[in-house]
Amino acid sequence: MARAASKTSAARSRSTKKGAAGAAVQAPKPPKPEDFDKEQELHAYREMLLIRRFEEKAGQLYGMGLIGGFCHLYIGQEAVVVGMQMSMNDGDQVITGYRDHGHMLATGMEARGVMAELTGRRNGYSKGKGGSMHMFSKEKKFYGGHGIVGAQVPLGTGLAFANRYRGDDSVSITYFGDGAANQGQVYESFNMASLWKLPVVYIIENNRYAMGTAVARSSAETDFSHRGLSFKIPGIQVDGMDVRAVKAAGDLAVDWCRSGKGPIILEMQTYRYRGHSMSDPAKYRSKDEVQKMRSEHDPIEQVKQRLVANKWADEDELKAIDKEVREIVGDSAEFAQTDPEPDVSELYTDILL
Amino acid sequence: MPTEILMPALSPTMEEGNLSKWIKKEGDAVAPGDVIAEIETDKATMEVEAVDEGTLGKILIAEGTEGVKVNTAIALLLTEGESEADLDKAASKPTAEASDEANDDAEQDEPEDKAGGSVPAAPEVKAAADPDIPEGTEMVSTTVREALRDAMAEEMRRDGDVFVMGEEVAEYQGAYKVTQGLLQEFGDKRVVDTPITEHGFAGVGVGAAFAGLKPIVEFMTFNFAMQAIDQIVNSAAKTLYMAGGQMGAPIVFRGPNGAAARVAAQHSQCYAAWYGHIPGLKVVMPYTAADAKGLLKAAIRDPNPVIFLENEILYGQSFDVPKMDDFVLPIGKARIHKEGKDATIVSFGIGMTYAVKAAEELAGEGIDVEVIDLRTIRPMDLDTVIASVKKTNRLVTVEEGFPQSSVGAHIASQVMQRAFDYLDAPVITVAGKDVPMPYAANLEKLALPSVAEVVEAVKAVSYRS
Repeated sequence: MARAASKTSAARSRSTKKGAAGAAVQAPKPPKPEDFDKEQELHAYREMLLIRRFEEKAGQLYGMGLIGGFCHLYIGQEAVVVGMQMSMNDGDQVITGYRDHGHMLATGMEARGVMAELTGRRNGYSKGKGGSMHMFSKEKKFYGGHGIVGAQVPLGTGLAFANRYRGDDSVSITYFGDGAANQGQVYESFNMASLWKLPVVYIIENNRYAMGTAVARSSAETDFSHRGLSFKIPGIQVDGMDVRAVKAAGDLAVDWCRSGKGPIILEMQTYRYRGHSMSDPAKYRSKDEVQKMRSEHDPIEQVKQRLVANKWADEDELKAIDKEVREIVGDSAEFAQTDPEPDVSELYTDILL
Repeated sequence: MPTEILMPALSPTMEEGNLSKWIKKEGDAVAPGDVIAEIETDKATMEVEAVDEGTLGKILIAEGTEGVKVNTAIALLLTEGESEADLDKAASKPTAEASDEANDDAEQDEPEDKAGGSVPAAPEVKAAADPDIPEGTEMVSTTVREALRDAMAEEMRRDGDVFVMGEEVAEYQGAYKVTQGLLQEFGDKRVVDTPITEHGFAGVGVGAAFAGLKPIVEFMTFNFAMQAIDQIVNSAAKTLYMAGGQMGAPIVFRGPNGAAARVAAQHSQCYAAWYGHIPGLKVVMPYTAADAKGLLKAAIRDPNPVIFLENEILYGQSFDVPKMDDFVLPIGKARIHKEGKDATIVSFGIGMTYAVKAAEELAGEGIDVEVIDLRTIRPMDLDTVIASVKKTNRLVTVEEGFPQSSVGAHIASQVMQRAFDYLDAPVITVAGKDVPMPYAANLEKLALPSVAEVVEAVKAVSYRS
């Protein structure tokens, strides 16, 4: 590769860029999950249940042909976004890839607006012009929803760059999967984030399969918490099925960033119950494997059992939450089917400001 | 009313499938997520999961049934408080209803859609005219390089959200010295040296722009930006649309574009047509120093992503630049470089050097050529081109880029559609040759357009060759 040096370019002596050098970063110890109090357990339960029921409904609407194109469901991974959201401050930003419905609901985006976007209607978050993979909410600091695997990682790093530039203490929470973790631009981002000490938490949602390719078949280093080592970015492996473990790691990570130590990686070990997208028959893994995760590690069931064991909620109270969530989801589905498609005049809007 | 469980579609193209197996039987309790049946398509076997809680009241389609249309009711689910009695009430007409629904849905797929809209007209883009330069304004001979630098410095003084990032922009003072002195004036927070990592820092720039900053991302050359083109096209250009107008990327990607001298195929390519293809981008390619300055200032202020294509050979060339406090030019407006009546040459960027020289040569032979500098590739000021063609009836386009799907090819097609009756000759598009740029000096010269080719083309459209 020849880097063009023009005739006008003068030679110069190298000077050490400040902040670039220094001792290897001491990785923080993985935090012990602290027990949630009643309020936290109930909050986590409701939030995760909302995502699960929403996704099941989205799957149903897809089956009815009301949602088109690609539709990647988040079922099984709910604890990751809900736990992280419990660690975040209001100004913190979220950005992710295409399996994004859960992230949007966790940031507080309305179920109606998300579902209406899935059905391509005018009151969807992107006026029906983005769809499942491309949704945004400036108000909720949700920066997408990106359909190109790994592209959100430099973008999320850029959000962190803006935070540092402005001197505010917001943190960019940048999610990507075990598949995206093999994209080159991820490491370009790691390098710059570490070099410039940018406040970004890289969350690698390791759900074990990049589409249909198991981690061990695609990744030379399957411990994703080590993926930042040559950039001096510390990493922690987290039980992503336990919302308490996620929150504990999230607390540590956002504090790490806010205190000016630069980026940090959290590998969330999680699992998606459904296929990669709706049209994935999931032949690359056994039904037993899926069933074992569902019956032994389900993030929602774990919280439910603790709520019952602690007598913080009885069956009736849990049913009431279930009913409330079901109503929100049902209402969003109803809305998403009755809301009109975008006006044809929208074809040519929002291309340029 | 019992809830109908419908035959699901597994992809937007699936119309029917086989109901291969019922996992749950009538009377079984089901919870959301339970697998209740298996269906089969030509591509795959898939599980049907329950969405609602209840009891499987009645199976309407027996297992082993083939060719079940999508959205046919395959079973009835009794939810809380419902009994088998409700089942009988509802079960009298489900299949007919289901097939009607399926038909409705099939109709919805027809192109003459229920929205009933024909394609709306594309909005007309009207760029403002150039600002008046007051009588007596001092004109200062300035190189393109200095003009670009001045534009960035002025905008950085004006707006603290503007910063410049790229390879060697700070301590090295710019690989081509365009950012000279900026580090000294604005410091390393706003003049940021990046690692050699085009895809990454292009994306970092776009992310910063999403957050409201106004980055100027310098590519050492646009040849290297090919590594970053996904972030430019998919992230910068499309986000405003995909976000329904909520957020976009106020960012400038700039740097030298096209052939320099003797750097061969990988370092000698014009990207005007590439980026000109993309809705959501503005693409500027100036020739003179005044245009470079006024348009770069406009690009930095523009709330949209702007591709600003410079040229290494032009960097050192001097032009008069008006000495004004705030000289900003409109993006999207062509400039008539020289008026004429016999033929029109349209060019942009370094292509203008051929156009201008050819026009001088032709003037000596009694052909009075109008030369239009397009300045902006997108949005393109075709009105100015067409007005000129209506006057001269002859058109030649000039560019250094490859000939297929070139900027000139687009102009030619538009002129044919909008001013066919005014053309006295077919449009000729002079472009680089359809070859990777060779290294050998003689071959390189042949690969680029020449003044002689432009002169010949104008004579050809004037029937004077």
